[in-house]
Amino acid sequence: MTRTQVLVAMSGGVDSSVAAALAVEAGWDVTGVHLRLADTPAHLQVQGKGCCTVADADDARRVAATLGIPFYVWDMAEEFRRAVVDDFAGEYAAGRTPNPCARCNERVKVVGLLSRARALGFDALATGHYARVEDGRLYRAADRAKDQSYVLYMLGPAELGHVRLPLGRMTKPEVRATAARLGLRTAAKPESYDVCFVPDGDTAGWLERRLGRRPGQVVDRDGHVLGSHQGAYRYTVGQRRGLGIAAATPRYVLRVEPAAARVVVGERDELAIDAVELERASATDGRGLRPGRARVRLRAHGQEVGCQVVPLDPDNGARARLDLDEPVAAVAPGQAAVLYDGDLVLGGGTVAATVSAAARAGPPAPA
Amino acid sequence: MPYLDYAASAPLRAEALAAMLPLLQRPAANPSSQHGPGRAARAAVETAREHVAALVGAAPGEVVFTSGGTEADNLAVKGAVLARPEGARRLVCTAVEHHAVLDAAAWAEADAGARVAAAPVDAAGRVDPERLGGLLEPGRTALVAVMAANNEVGTGQPVAAAAELAHAAGALLLCDAVQAAGLPGVDLGRDGIDLLALAAHKLGGPTGIGALVVRAGTDLRPLLHGGGQERGLRSGTLPAAAIAGFGAAAAAALAEREQPGYAAALAALRGGLLAGLRALEPALVVNGDPDGDALPGLLSVRFPGRRAEDLLLLLDRQGVACSAGSACASGAVTPSHVLLAMGRDPAEARETVRFSLGHASTEADVDAAVAAVREGFQVLAPQEAVT
Repeated sequence: MTRTQVLVAMSGGVDSSVAAALAVEAGWDVTGVHLRLADTPAHLQVQGKGCCTVADADDARRVAATLGIPFYVWDMAEEFRRAVVDDFAGEYAAGRTPNPCARCNERVKVVGLLSRARALGFDALATGHYARVEDGRLYRAADRAKDQSYVLYMLGPAELGHVRLPLGRMTKPEVRATAARLGLRTAAKPESYDVCFVPDGDTAGWLERRLGRRPGQVVDRDGHVLGSHQGAYRYTVGQRRGLGIAAATPRYVLRVEPAAARVVVGERDELAIDAVELERASATDGRGLRPGRARVRLRAHGQEVGCQVVPLDPDNGARARLDLDEPVAAVAPGQAAVLYDGDLVLGGGTVAATVSAAARAGPPAPA
Repeated sequence: MPYLDYAASAPLRAEALAAMLPLLQRPAANPSSQHGPGRAARAAVETAREHVAALVGAAPGEVVFTSGGTEADNLAVKGAVLARPEGARRLVCTAVEHHAVLDAAAWAEADAGARVAAAPVDAAGRVDPERLGGLLEPGRTALVAVMAANNEVGTGQPVAAAAELAHAAGALLLCDAVQAAGLPGVDLGRDGIDLLALAAHKLGGPTGIGALVVRAGTDLRPLLHGGGQERGLRSGTLPAAAIAGFGAAAAAALAEREQPGYAAALAALRGGLLAGLRALEPALVVNGDPDGDALPGLLSVRFPGRRAEDLLLLLDRQGVACSAGSACASGAVTPSHVLLAMGRDPAEARETVRFSLGHASTEADVDAAVAAVREGFQVLAPQEAVT
């Protein structure tokens, strides 16, 4: 019997290194691939942070050699630039707050790579994500602190049948211990945080270099001018710092209106929303979002609340409204909303619009 | 294992290994030392120097050993620029030169007051001497770089014509012959070449050794300073064993070249490979001009709708080694500047695979490669181009 042919995405970090090692230990026929995602890798590295540098490719190659598996580097910089980097800038320019990791998984790292692996005759793709796939369904990782199911919600049955997540039942310390036991060079490598193509963490500066200055006004809900700004894309819903206005009580960004170059601010309690509308929604069982109860997570590491799922698009469930059991503060259009039933990921979508609790309680907000 | 990647590195010849082993096994000796072992090492170096010189129609005293082709190209470009006054540091390179030339020129432009012009090439990758001539500024041009034959598509260049133009403008002619050294088309004296770059491992010698052949009387500044070896142009202890391996490989390549029909036999092998591949994929596109003045063992082909890096993985899994364009620092295959200069788009460049044959290639290698591609095509269907 031929062994299961598995392609492992190896970033050069400890997680995907251990995922590859566990795939080998599972008896699969494993091939490693590192994705080159940037045209100018050197520019992405600041004090060892950032991803897809030449050093990361070297680390991944060294791990593959230690494990005795074939290893390739694929140039997917063009796909990454178009699907993730351009999208990131475009979303901010449109007043939304994108989740580039979810986007990357959807278009490049998981779904895109899986289709390429399948075209090359591989049975499955393995990655170092912390989440579980069992019986073709997606679940949270055992290590709740590291859980990455939030950025994988877009996977459907076509993908989940061919995705292997070997770290799903492990904790981070166990992963590091496994790397050390196997003598992998990446065992002590630091975590990568932030957006990989904004290695210094200065998203506002990155956007300004990319989009140019687009000055405008900071206003309150009644349109009174409170101050000015250098680009609405620098602001995200719920942001408090960097508003450059003097006020007796703290002010928060309520809305970003890029067409008018306006940033609308208000009091903390005005941030509360009690419903969100989703677009590009999908269910992990491939049958579309259906009416019913769920818990929803609106940020990668945010709180979860109960909600009622109301499909708005009976044909395919690609649009839905979530009526939240209790108000949630500061939800930004563009973010992912991910639905859970216990540890099971039901699906999710992109927040297209929010309904303010204050607006519903009181008079409608001006457009 | 069928090896069809000679253009990346050719297998070590038995003659080269035999020349190296005694020098590696014998007691340590610096070829610059005045004692017996030193003289013996020096003798091996000088024998090798004669073989290398003979391969390219040069005098032994014109051979400067370097760490390889990259250093040779760097020494030529930077050494020529630094030997000229500012204002006379113009560089003209074909657009398809190796990165060792192009990036050295870019450095000279950024840090040494040079100005660089790239001479365009036609769809086959050949530079037009007239257009090259139009870029020369008489009296202000330090160096013209025209490679003997391109490492990615095999196309030969009009080196002798370029040398005449360069000399008329008061410039030196650098010929990167790293890929073409074993072929009759490269001759320092006959072609008017001033600087000629070689790498041993492309000839079946070891890696880590090469040479810049510097025509007598050429003004060049060294890049490495120290013990003053190689007439002061390249300081550093001479690696006698590597040099001996280089010399033996050069001698073997020269003997091979002088066998009647050697190039024709290599071209016939390549022809069989092309026929086999074309039978599998009639839409296959050949890059360059293999029937013209090209490297006889090199075949660059595009399989429309199939990414070269995908095909390479499938071939590697069957033990067949070939290559796709040039690899970047991370090891990824990026769209080749050579193919782009020839007017291909990036998607086409990503679909290009290079097979290269050489001194030990056999029909069995070619058959195995064709069979592996056939197997690969069973798995990998052509797709819409990803751009």
